[in-house]
Amino acid sequence: MLDEKTLTELTEKAKEIRALTIDAIGYLGVGHLGGSMSVVEVLTMLYYRHMDIDPANPRKVDRDQLVLSKGHAGPTLYSVLADKGYFPKEWLHTLNRGGTRLPSHCDRNLTPGIDMTTGSLGQGLSAAIGIALSHRLDGIASKIFVIIGDGESNEGQVWEAAQAASQFKLNHIIAFTDYNKLQLDGFMHEIMNIEDLTSKWVSNGWFVQRINGHDLAQIDLAIERAKNEPLRPSMIVMDTIKGKGVDFAENQSNNHNMKLDYETALAAIAKL
Amino acid sequence: MSKPLEMRAVYTETLLQLGQMDERIVLLEADLMRATGSKNFKDEFPHRTFNVGVAEANMVSISAGLSSAGKLPFANTFACFAARRTFDQFFISANYARLNVKLVGSDPGVTAALNGGTHMAFEDMGIMRTIPKLVIFEPSDPISLKKLMHACVEYYGCTYMRLHRSFADVLYDETDDFELGKGKVLRQGKDVALIATGVVMVGEALKAAEILAEKGISATVVDMHTIKPIDRDLVIQLAETCGAIVTCENHQIVNGLGSAVAEVLVEEIPTPMARVGVKDLFGEVGTLDYLKERFGLTAAVIVEHAEQVLEKKKSH
Repeated sequence: MLDEKTLTELTEKAKEIRALTIDAIGYLGVGHLGGSMSVVEVLTMLYYRHMDIDPANPRKVDRDQLVLSKGHAGPTLYSVLADKGYFPKEWLHTLNRGGTRLPSHCDRNLTPGIDMTTGSLGQGLSAAIGIALSHRLDGIASKIFVIIGDGESNEGQVWEAAQAASQFKLNHIIAFTDYNKLQLDGFMHEIMNIEDLTSKWVSNGWFVQRINGHDLAQIDLAIERAKNEPLRPSMIVMDTIKGKGVDFAENQSNNHNMKLDYETALAAIAKL
Repeated sequence: MSKPLEMRAVYTETLLQLGQMDERIVLLEADLMRATGSKNFKDEFPHRTFNVGVAEANMVSISAGLSSAGKLPFANTFACFAARRTFDQFFISANYARLNVKLVGSDPGVTAALNGGTHMAFEDMGIMRTIPKLVIFEPSDPISLKKLMHACVEYYGCTYMRLHRSFADVLYDETDDFELGKGKVLRQGKDVALIATGVVMVGEALKAAEILAEKGISATVVDMHTIKPIDRDLVIQLAETCGAIVTCENHQIVNGLGSAVAEVLVEEIPTPMARVGVKDLFGEVGTLDYLKERFGLTAAVIVEHAEQVLEKKKSH
């Protein structure tokens, strides 16, 4: 359980990460703001409390890994990795500029701390299965975390992977769905509904929990429970708000990839 | 010449040997294990064998994950699924991510025979050839299969191997050396060079060279097992020595071997050439012999093209 002091620290850290991310996107003037904001809490909880990692040795063989399958939320992960010391924070202002080490979607070869290249939606969970199978062969007990988008869950490959992780009993995979109810073109129930999402994962043989994805204590507890699951892979469906923390963007159907001038970004940061 | 050998048996035996020497090697299948015949690998290495069911896209991205964690995955399926169905997974998860996935597409082109048009990959090399850095090859006999598999394991990077699954004549000796990206001259001639790839067309090219010899035409025959990267030096040398070229492939003439050779010739040494291959047609069902006739993949067609090219050479 999270004690009060840790909870306060992590709450503050999530605020910092949110601010760094808004700053990076605003400095560029455009970016995947909505889906970056909805994963701030889960990334904070993973990188500052749960993952066994070493920023000085990003490819340590027995590290815990994260596959950010919704690779367009890269900016939030870059903020976390910069803050953890994988690379200088100055890099955040190079986001998406020609020659940058921080591209729009995650790239394992460009950015220290990125475990898997993602961006073509639907492939991340499959890659995580490969990593988990390799670790099982090598007797490595580390966890493979995966974050899948809700819109991404329209992709058939996600469900191919859902079957396989269950068949192979990959209990070291702990996946999250960032269920912010919005996909690029609008609200999911109007574009391509994925309900009943929880039942879908249950019926694929996963250990499924459903939580408020902005509540750090709930995320913490869900990860703890998932870590103790002896047989099944875990899916933590997180109810989230796309654009969370940026009042004019929250739950707006146009917030997937939006313009954000730097002045507005700084004002949004001041309000956090 | 020793008796023909079943290529899939050579493939699986070689994979088993490689697996015994290199514990990074793992095998992935998508419910075609009975077709591949890879049971021997599974029997020896049950924990290193993963059958993902009928889910080729998933198989390729899982392979990428295995590679990112240091394994050396061989992923098997039919050539049609390898190229058409898993293209984005192979492109992004494996190649773009600079990983080390060995994708194997069996039953290329007319060898899909009784599985018919849906399963007939005449375009796989063409699709794959657009992927940066990817190495694409098709062994032409049991010995080159074994040796090129060893070469592909030693090479770090994604490869796509077209695998003829049924019987093939032995064309080489155990002492022959093979290198990815370096074609093999099987027969030396001076009038025309027949550049072929794969079991079916290397065989037909050798037959065509015999027929041409009877007509007083001396043909070089090259086994261009690797179509990417193409052996530029060899193509230029063939153009210089023969001055006429015919490419022979069990594939569309678009973006396969013929295109690769033509690109070198046009840029380096314009030379009369013709392409034997499938001319903008979908596959069909039938026996191998029927389909070879149907799609013009025979020694007779190669001879015809060689004679036409020799006419052009006169006025070149």
